Amino acid sequence: MISETTTTSPEAEAVPPPGPAPAKKRVPKGAKRLLTRRDRITLAFMAGVPTVLHVALVWVTALASIALAFTSWDGIGFDSIKWVGLDNFKQLFSDNPQFWPALEHNVIWFVVLIVLPTPFGLFLAVQLDKNIRFSRVYQTAFFLPVVMSLAVTGFVWQLIYNPDTGLINSLIGANKPGHYIDWIGDPKLNLWAVLIAASWRHAGYMMILYLAGLKGVDPSLREASALDGANEWQTFKNVIFPTLRPTNTVVLVVTIIESLRAFDLVFVFNKGAQGTELLSILITNNIIGESSRIGYGSAIAVVLLVISLAVIIPYLIATFRKERRA
Amino acid sequence: MPDFSLPAASRRSVLRGIGGAAVLGAGIPLLSACGSSTGSSDSKTVTLGSNASDAVPKKAFASVYADFKKTSGVTVKVNTKDHNTFQEQINSYLQGTPDDVFNWFAGYRMQFFAAKKLATPIDDVWAKIGDNFPDAMKKLSKGEDGKYYFVPLTTYPWAIFYRKSVFTAKGYTVPTTWDQLVALCKQMKKDGLVPIAFGDKDQWPAMGTFDQINFRLNGYDFHKALMAGTESWTDPKVKAVFDHWSELLPYHQEGFMGRTWQDAAQGIVSKKSGMYLLGSFVAQQFTNKADLDDLDFFAFPEINSAYGQDTVEAPTDGFMVSKAPKNHDGVVKLMEYLGSPAAEELYLKTDPSVVAASSKASTAAYSPLQKKAFDMIGAAKSLTQFMDRDSRPDFTSTVMQPGLQKFLQNPKGVDSLLSSIERQKKTIFASS
Repeated sequence: MISETTTTSPEAEAVPPPGPAPAKKRVPKGAKRLLTRRDRITLAFMAGVPTVLHVALVWVTALASIALAFTSWDGIGFDSIKWVGLDNFKQLFSDNPQFWPALEHNVIWFVVLIVLPTPFGLFLAVQLDKNIRFSRVYQTAFFLPVVMSLAVTGFVWQLIYNPDTGLINSLIGANKPGHYIDWIGDPKLNLWAVLIAASWRHAGYMMILYLAGLKGVDPSLREASALDGANEWQTFKNVIFPTLRPTNTVVLVVTIIESLRAFDLVFVFNKGAQGTELLSILITNNIIGESSRIGYGSAIAVVLLVISLAVIIPYLIATFRKERRA
Repeated sequence: MPDFSLPAASRRSVLRGIGGAAVLGAGIPLLSACGSSTGSSDSKTVTLGSNASDAVPKKAFASVYADFKKTSGVTVKVNTKDHNTFQEQINSYLQGTPDDVFNWFAGYRMQFFAAKKLATPIDDVWAKIGDNFPDAMKKLSKGEDGKYYFVPLTTYPWAIFYRKSVFTAKGYTVPTTWDQLVALCKQMKKDGLVPIAFGDKDQWPAMGTFDQINFRLNGYDFHKALMAGTESWTDPKVKAVFDHWSELLPYHQEGFMGRTWQDAAQGIVSKKSGMYLLGSFVAQQFTNKADLDDLDFFAFPEINSAYGQDTVEAPTDGFMVSKAPKNHDGVVKLMEYLGSPAAEELYLKTDPSVVAASSKASTAAYSPLQKKAFDMIGAAKSLTQFMDRDSRPDFTSTVMQPGLQKFLQNPKGVDSLLSSIERQKKTIFASS
């Protein structure tokens, strides 16, 4: 039934009813009279300047980097741009020993963030929502890592993990020959070490998002479920969590974005050495700096763009569909 | 003046453009401090882009420029940028409105910009200062077209550093051959020392080890050709370098992937490590005068008697002239002055961690360590600059740094690693 109404309604709108047509013509005339010349200029500026900036800084640059992905360019003069077709991608997929690990690490990054710190953030939010004592203090403490720059976070954790003088190795005595634990350098360990730091921060971020969501839950819902004799877990599972649906969507999107743009923490931690390669770091290493393999770096950026689109487009479609239905 | 139309409107030029707009709009000379084109057109000023952001070199350069002003009446207007930032932005910097003269490195990294026509040849300067420099330095200052593009100022050697007191106490002697080096490592391990201090967190120290073994084993010419991309990385000669390295690897300090060179140097300071292959800047970590006096070094031992110890890795810093200097006469005067022994002596007075590039500069004020470094460089038949200065920076930073780390993690996977390096090298060196 619902689908029938949605399919028929646009058709119904598409056929213009003969009556209101002249009225439509009159409306814009009235609108014109409301806007003075100055208003229109102001409006044009207010709409025009952001549009120009947006097109120049987002669309032109994005399309330019897609175009550059099919070229070889060292960044010196436009005449040195050479069209190479799909060569960059071929090299990337077959010859670059860092590309596939980087992709894998981005995926691991997402899975870990969604599996560990996100539920933990929700747990913290639920606890703090109970108006326990010193709630503000806890909120601040858990949220502090999010406020700090990731570069600072990376630097601090790097000190903790330092193999010779770091906190962990000093405590457990792993800084002597024969007992070394190389948290930063060992490719089997370093991704997990840096993920602990990332999770530490992400949990606070998720906590704030869920806390905001929980504040929006109608207290009468709780009351009603309490009257029905539901215990705390049942209330959360059957009443509260379903009402957090919009928050969950935001959390999912934020986590995906976080895992795709993961960069600063690792860059400060060990510059994306073996074991912690990430797509964002490969792009930076190839484009920025003296190396200037702009075409090749753009090809990696395009891969990252495609992945982002693959995630974002289904989300947008789902959102729009929901809006249309509403 | 805004460079929006220029290639890729680099962040720097965009910022400058926005800044320029702000200046026009507000009438406040916001950017007067970093504008590089203002006020340089008169004949009494030369602008200079400097990467000497550290306190000691900055002060040392300031004293040199002050002296130049006294003798010539030309003011050097210095535009200092953070050392690493300068290096990373060099491409867009040289294409935009660069200063007349800029700090740079000798060797391939200089030739690259010379070949791109982003530097001015200075044969006229070298006609006057040529006698001040040994042949090896002259070779380092020439572009691929045979013209001079570079005036060297200072240099420093890579070698194996050790503590004299440790060697005397344990009765060690300085090894001069590969076998002696391996034997010494074994002995040190038995004596409870870490034979070779090592830290590769910053990814470049491993390149230094490769360089030493390669030019000792295969000679300078092969090393240079390999760096320039003409020799193949799958050559058995290269494989042999990694075989030698593998032999030495068990004597390297554990946990090196997460350790900085500064931390590795602490092992030498505290006498827990026996030797350390690094540049002479390792001395910066010795804050105690007595420890510093105890520090000594020897050249990497001979591996192949055909080449002995004839090559020294001596990264050389100096100056280049940008593509269109505004004050040509002033620039020539400045370059001639910078190529004089007097300028070098003056610089070294403030910064004693390096030695003069000129063979004419007085060595009277040198510390024993500097004296030894100077003699070693002076006696070298060939000088190399370090892997990332002798080869394309895009190749070394995106292929060799991760590649060498991979080798250090898994020394047995050399064959597949080398063919991967060779494949990537071919595409990079073919790209321009």
